Amino acid sequence: MDMNALRNFMDKIKPYFEKGGKLEKLHSVYDGFETFLFVPTTTAPKYGSHIHDPVDTKRTMSTVIVALVPALLFGMYNVGYQHYLAIGQDVNFWTEFLFGFLAVLPYIVVSYAVGLGIEFIGAQIKGEEIQEGFLVTGFLIPLIIPINTPLWMVAVATAFAVIFAKEVFGGTGMNIFNVALVARAFLFFGYPTHMSGDSVWIRTGTALGFGGGNVVDAFSGATPLGQIATASTSVPHITDTFGHSLGFWDGFVGLIPGSVGETSIIAIMLGAFVLLITEVASWKTMLSVFFGGALMGIVFNLFGPDTAAAHFPWYNHLVFGGFAFGAVFMATDPVTSARTEKGKWIYGLLIGCLAIIIRVLNPGYAEGMMLAILLMNIFAPLIDFYVVDANVKKRISRAQKSIQ
Amino acid sequence: MTNVIKTTKGLDIPIDGAAQKMIERTVISDIVALVPDYYHGIIPKVLVRAGDRVKAGTPVFHDKIHENLNIVSPVSGKVLAVNRGEKRKLINITIERDVVNEYENFGHPSLESLSGEEIKSALLKAGIWPYIKQRPYDVIANPNKTPKSIFISSFDTAPLAPDYNFILKGQFADFQTGIDALAKLTPGKVHLGVKANVPSNEFLKVKNVEITEYEGPHPIGNVGIQINHVDPINKGEVVWTVNVQDMLYIGRFFNKGIIDLKKIIALTGPEVIEPKYYTTLPGTAVAPFINGNVHKGIPLRYILGNVISGIKVDINDFIDPYASQIFVIDEGTEIHEFLGWAMPRLNKFSATKLFFTPLLQKKFFKKIFGDIKFSYDARILGGRRAIIMSNEYDRVLPMDILPEYLFKAMITGNIDKMEALGGYEIAPEDVALCEFVCTSKLPLQLIVREALDMMKKELE
Repeated sequence: MDMNALRNFMDKIKPYFEKGGKLEKLHSVYDGFETFLFVPTTTAPKYGSHIHDPVDTKRTMSTVIVALVPALLFGMYNVGYQHYLAIGQDVNFWTEFLFGFLAVLPYIVVSYAVGLGIEFIGAQIKGEEIQEGFLVTGFLIPLIIPINTPLWMVAVATAFAVIFAKEVFGGTGMNIFNVALVARAFLFFGYPTHMSGDSVWIRTGTALGFGGGNVVDAFSGATPLGQIATASTSVPHITDTFGHSLGFWDGFVGLIPGSVGETSIIAIMLGAFVLLITEVASWKTMLSVFFGGALMGIVFNLFGPDTAAAHFPWYNHLVFGGFAFGAVFMATDPVTSARTEKGKWIYGLLIGCLAIIIRVLNPGYAEGMMLAILLMNIFAPLIDFYVVDANVKKRISRAQKSIQ
Repeated sequence: MTNVIKTTKGLDIPIDGAAQKMIERTVISDIVALVPDYYHGIIPKVLVRAGDRVKAGTPVFHDKIHENLNIVSPVSGKVLAVNRGEKRKLINITIERDVVNEYENFGHPSLESLSGEEIKSALLKAGIWPYIKQRPYDVIANPNKTPKSIFISSFDTAPLAPDYNFILKGQFADFQTGIDALAKLTPGKVHLGVKANVPSNEFLKVKNVEITEYEGPHPIGNVGIQINHVDPINKGEVVWTVNVQDMLYIGRFFNKGIIDLKKIIALTGPEVIEPKYYTTLPGTAVAPFINGNVHKGIPLRYILGNVISGIKVDINDFIDPYASQIFVIDEGTEIHEFLGWAMPRLNKFSATKLFFTPLLQKKFFKKIFGDIKFSYDARILGGRRAIIMSNEYDRVLPMDILPEYLFKAMITGNIDKMEALGGYEIAPEDVALCEFVCTSKLPLQLIVREALDMMKKELE
């Protein structure tokens, strides 16, 4: 009943948005909402397949978002948990979660408002249907930034990434770099003082005016990887905000400082489960990233230089920092990843290796995952080129044999 | 022992409305029409005028490029009209048929005494040539080229495809004669693809051919897939292909000396009340098959050929000479699905794991929920996008080809890349499933068709 009323309403207002209508300039906005609400009645052409699989980009993209929800919820809780730890207040679970919710929400709003705004304008200019790609990007951005990043910086970084990493390449499906990672890289290189150091990872101030307090004396907000990179000895000892030792399982659970959605392996594994059973992400890419990371970690453990980073146990590399999040949600982005099946193995393996190499050998970048993925985004087409070329060469040699 | 080729790549789409194995009746409309558009690549030169008398086998038009390539009338009767559209484009030639068919006399040539060249010119003259197709380009065979081999697939794996063991019952002598004629047209082999594990498969008894058995989901029955496995086409090579029923035309021509284009087609699909087989002739009107035998109250789509690679026609159109199937589905324009992308959509069949389909088809769930009837309509169920997901096409194309890269070469019109990536081997029907599963809803068969036409134009 309601559905029919809504359909009738949409039909009634449609003329305003069509050519010559008063709201012609908002045509792509109307279009976006209409196709969001109702499956378009576009039918198959005269020649071709007359039936289609019900899968579409909306379904695929929303599955990725569902997969990201555990990381977001855990991230919100962890933001609150770290906050109250830092100000030395003992509050209940819901207060912690509420604080985190209020702290993270503005980033989600800003990321979507800026990104979708640009997408709608772009679609209107190009006269195209609005595309879904940013639904995932907009969700990823709040999850991969430190919780103290100023909102305006997020807005600038999002705008930069959507325009220069995506729209100029032709929109969703045409981009070379993972758009969310470009936003992250823009923040990292554009505002280095705000994006590193010990003060950005824990919200010590309030969230929308909520949860004020004073930071306790013994507090240190450095991430485990930050501690490793700046360690004064070659012993890879990592601690929490109060100096207690951290181990593998602390990284696995994720109640540690870090980017909002990146800390908990449990939450990321839930997401990985969703992506793998729905086959939205490639298990080949995901597995080979972890394999590459483990391999490189072992190599450094056995043969590396005498530094804390090289001695950092290989299995800890996989659970601390953005490694797991990048492997599950970023490396598997189908558009910027290698697209051939053989290529995916190589692509993933190199990301894993490179991330650990950067972490260990370059103390300037405590976290190597972002740069590893962005670098491999450039090489993905090259990897595919060689896979495709093998197929081409096979065909040529077959032709030559048949001539003889 | 024949060679068996197995593959798991592909997809069988479960759809209701398979034809019962009985031939309902003969349906030949009083007015039949020859539609030049159905003969892809032919530039027609009309040879008759309104009022002319024709017999079954009388040339109605020929190709302007190969003037000896005739398209003949399937019936005897009087030419009603030569209908032209915009810019004098030939739409069709309509013929009012006689009650009793009169056949053109071709002198009953004996196959044994004829050379390959003589067989060729007889087939061209008698109007059977258009039924011999060629790869590359998936067009009517160029009579001036010699094929390195000829392929016939004896089975069709498309949704609700007709069963040729049933259709050919009692006609295997004509089929064999067809094979014997084709064998003289190539220095290579005539290949017959046979479905594996079919009890008492009559096609295994056919002589004078190289038989290969195939096992797997659709599109393994497509001749293009079989060529790719057995004798792939290289640059400069030509392979000919003939449909099973069209082989009978060649056989009847040499056995009886007449042009007898009778064929059996299956009326299928979820919107058909009683799906059955009918005997008919190419050029018969679509309406007599449909009348009273389809569901009412919804807009319907009539398709000549199968539901994933056929041609959409109007009820007033005429049967395509290559079609062995008429398919009727819901057009879907009156369905307004609220938040479809987010709904469970239990009645939708998907090849992906984003719906419950794969789960519900498992034995355990079938026991609980029973057989779920999937509903289909002609909506593309999404918006067109750039290619986003990878490995979608590969899973439903059992060929040694990287489909995504070939499609990209075709979309960008890069002929060198099309050649390098397997453009010579592919036909639109081979990528029908790629189009079905495509998340980005690309019209891949149209893309392939246009690209092949472009290749042919540039390279020949």
